[in-house]
Amino acid sequence: MNKEERLIKRYKAEKRFQFYGKAAIFMALLFLVVFLTKIFSTGYTAFQKTWLVIPVNYNADLLYLDPDKKPTTEDINDADFYEFGIETFITLDPDASEDQIMELKKMFAFTFERELKYYLLDNPDSFGKTVDVKLTASDDLDQVFKGNYPRDIPENRRRASDYQLKIFDKLNEDGRIISEFNASFFTNADSREAELAGIASSFMGSLFSILVCLSIAFPVALLAAVYLEEFAPKNRFTDFIEVNINNLAAVPSIVFGLLGLGVLLAVFGLPRSTPLVGGITLSLMTLPTIIIAARASLKAVPPSIREAALAMGASKMQTTMHHTVPLALPGTLSGTIIGLAQALGETAPLILIGMVAFVNTIPGTPMDPAASLPVQIYIWAESAERGFVEKVSACIMVLLFFLIFMNLGAQLIRHKFEKKWN
Amino acid sequence: MNSVIFLTIVLLALSSYFFGRKKAILIQSNKRLTALPKFYGYYLAIWCGAPAFLLYALWSIFEPSIVRFFILSDYSSQGLLEGELNLFYEKVKSLSRNQYSGELTAELQRSAEKYLNFRDIAKWSKVVIVLSLLIASTGYAYTKISNNTKTREPVEIFLKGVFFLSSLAAILTTIGIIFSLLFQTIEFFQVIPLFDFVFGMHWYPAKAFVRDASEALDPSMYSDTFGAVPIFAGTFFIALIAMCVAIPIGLLSGIYMAEYASKRLRQYAKPVIEILAGIPTVVYGFFAALTVGPFLKDLGLSLGLEVSAESALAAGGVMGIMIIPFISSLSDDVITSVPQNLRDGSYAMGATKSETIKRVIFPAALPGIVGSILLGVSRAIGETMIVVMASGLAANLTLNPLESTSTITAQIVVILIGDQQFGDPKTQAAFALGLSLFIVTLVLNIVALSVVKKYREKYE
Repeated sequence: MNKEERLIKRYKAEKRFQFYGKAAIFMALLFLVVFLTKIFSTGYTAFQKTWLVIPVNYNADLLYLDPDKKPTTEDINDADFYEFGIETFITLDPDASEDQIMELKKMFAFTFERELKYYLLDNPDSFGKTVDVKLTASDDLDQVFKGNYPRDIPENRRRASDYQLKIFDKLNEDGRIISEFNASFFTNADSREAELAGIASSFMGSLFSILVCLSIAFPVALLAAVYLEEFAPKNRFTDFIEVNINNLAAVPSIVFGLLGLGVLLAVFGLPRSTPLVGGITLSLMTLPTIIIAARASLKAVPPSIREAALAMGASKMQTTMHHTVPLALPGTLSGTIIGLAQALGETAPLILIGMVAFVNTIPGTPMDPAASLPVQIYIWAESAERGFVEKVSACIMVLLFFLIFMNLGAQLIRHKFEKKWN
Repeated sequence: MNSVIFLTIVLLALSSYFFGRKKAILIQSNKRLTALPKFYGYYLAIWCGAPAFLLYALWSIFEPSIVRFFILSDYSSQGLLEGELNLFYEKVKSLSRNQYSGELTAELQRSAEKYLNFRDIAKWSKVVIVLSLLIASTGYAYTKISNNTKTREPVEIFLKGVFFLSSLAAILTTIGIIFSLLFQTIEFFQVIPLFDFVFGMHWYPAKAFVRDASEALDPSMYSDTFGAVPIFAGTFFIALIAMCVAIPIGLLSGIYMAEYASKRLRQYAKPVIEILAGIPTVVYGFFAALTVGPFLKDLGLSLGLEVSAESALAAGGVMGIMIIPFISSLSDDVITSVPQNLRDGSYAMGATKSETIKRVIFPAALPGIVGSILLGVSRAIGETMIVVMASGLAANLTLNPLESTSTITAQIVVILIGDQQFGDPKTQAAFALGLSLFIVTLVLNIVALSVVKKYREKYE
């Protein structure tokens, strides 16, 4: 092999190496793109809700009400809307057999009674008339309408029967199936029925946990960082605290869940499944992250600031509280937001302290049982129904939205308010 | 009642701040102050609030157990078991709240009355004692500021004390972790021999059914149930798969970012790759279970391979993607901190860029890179949700990446999800697993951090 050939070979090796590097970056970016497309393509349909618009005859006889008198709110509340609903569904196919009536009923979400009642309460004038009413479609029809269920497989492997599809197609031809923005996804609590399940309860759970976490972790971490950076003598004990903080930052999150379970629940007897306990557990987890960020930004404040304040006769405490800490605050705040974003996405510790309970009410205080957004993702991902798959993806989209929002906020604070010292 | 006392303390402390400041301004008219007027206010407020609050907190913590002691002291001579006493005390408490629905006995009724009585005494004596302490300490501080003593120094010492206490939070957390893990683990090893746990080949905690609390423990029931070898093996196996994905991609992209990438590419690609680290793990778990698992299964079918829908490969591979940014960012930092003169020397000898990287920079940066990989391994071992959702929950001892295995973290979740019964070997087993996880990750972290620190010191 002569010189030239060797050189060519070496240059080829150079090109190859560069290619590997590019390929690695490309792979990492590709994963991200595939991942996000997958989530968005399965999730966006959950923001649409399918309604069946059917003619309803608010006939006094069917409701067992007095036809000559306008019914009061109490009358309507007492009326039986279950039988009335069934009678209304039969009008879709007057020849339906007993079994077929049940199938007709299953085309609607089980809340049809309430929906029929509230329509009448909101529009008392429709009493005695036939009007078009919007009813929530069942999960199966919702998925058929969104094209998530294949229709060409044998009936016994399909969730929607041939009969239901026939009625469905007839309604669709008449333009009686509409798809609207799914507001109930944001206002409903969790439900066993995919078409009714919403994220309101888990959102409030997350919000309360994060607020509890913030109100504990931020002050404690800031004061701890101030002590370690400004006041602590250099000795073995402070070194020990420092090692401790660094190690704590790398302890797996599930261990904090065990701590919450073994100490907060078992020893202190705090209530299970509540955002209060979740928030305390998360705050212990975020503490080291915030301390490290706060110390870094305290370190970044130049000594000349402190010296100037001390020279003017300020005490050490005044120097710190009036000059050093305010200058380090932007960095600390952005570190806090990043720590909270981590806490917001955390699942395992919350599962251990029982925040996986099925909660179908919206919690009003941090002491009420609740789930949180990531736990909701886990709960829904574990259920078998197809309708929940798009809900999971939609919930992930909401969660990612908040995470992006928080991280951008942290960036903004850092760029806008942080002083650059040179 | 508690919140009323708390609010009273807070309000009194606030108003004494203004009171103290006003007093200082009064003093100022004929004497020179020793500090700014607000320090007089702080001084009075701290003396007003802090002792009373401390007493209030301690009282609230210890009151229940003291009341319990007094109630149960009537029955201490009867030789009852701890569990029976607990049950009796719970009955007394629910009776006193009028929520008791069981059989009423004279003893129970007497104790419930005594309980209510004690609670009443405790409540009112708490109010009286806390308030009198508050008045006494505020009076003491008031005479102090009236005599115009130093106020700034005590206030600053107090604040420093509060700062110091906050810095103990990290240590307290560590102690809490060790306490909660160790306590349960020791109980666990009293039932299950340590040897069986560390070297046992079968993990089947479901066998240890919830047992009646009054029944005596039968150790033979648990033999061959809590052998952790399959779980430890599964944990390291999945971590290994993850690192097979993360190390090449992370390292190569780190090197490319540090040495080749233009400023623009670095500016945009680096934060985008770091997004991968910010995505919650439950989202990765969902992705692995819904997309990667079935994809691998179909791929395997078309190749004629039997692939479990919940394979170790799916969980490990997705976990690897999650770890890429940890390795790429850290190795990027490490490589950039290698001094430029090493590169210059290599170029001067005629080496190409890649030769310089492979023969000069990489060996120089190796300790730092090893440190970053160890941190990645510790992440992989501690990762929970991906494994819970995408890998199996049955602990198989296998080295086939296409089968399902389980990990320490996944087993902890499986055992502790839902209601736990403390004092049950099954629950304690989760804590024993947690302790082993804690120890493994702690050792990895300490080694990794010290390696990285030594490396930094070398070039700084």
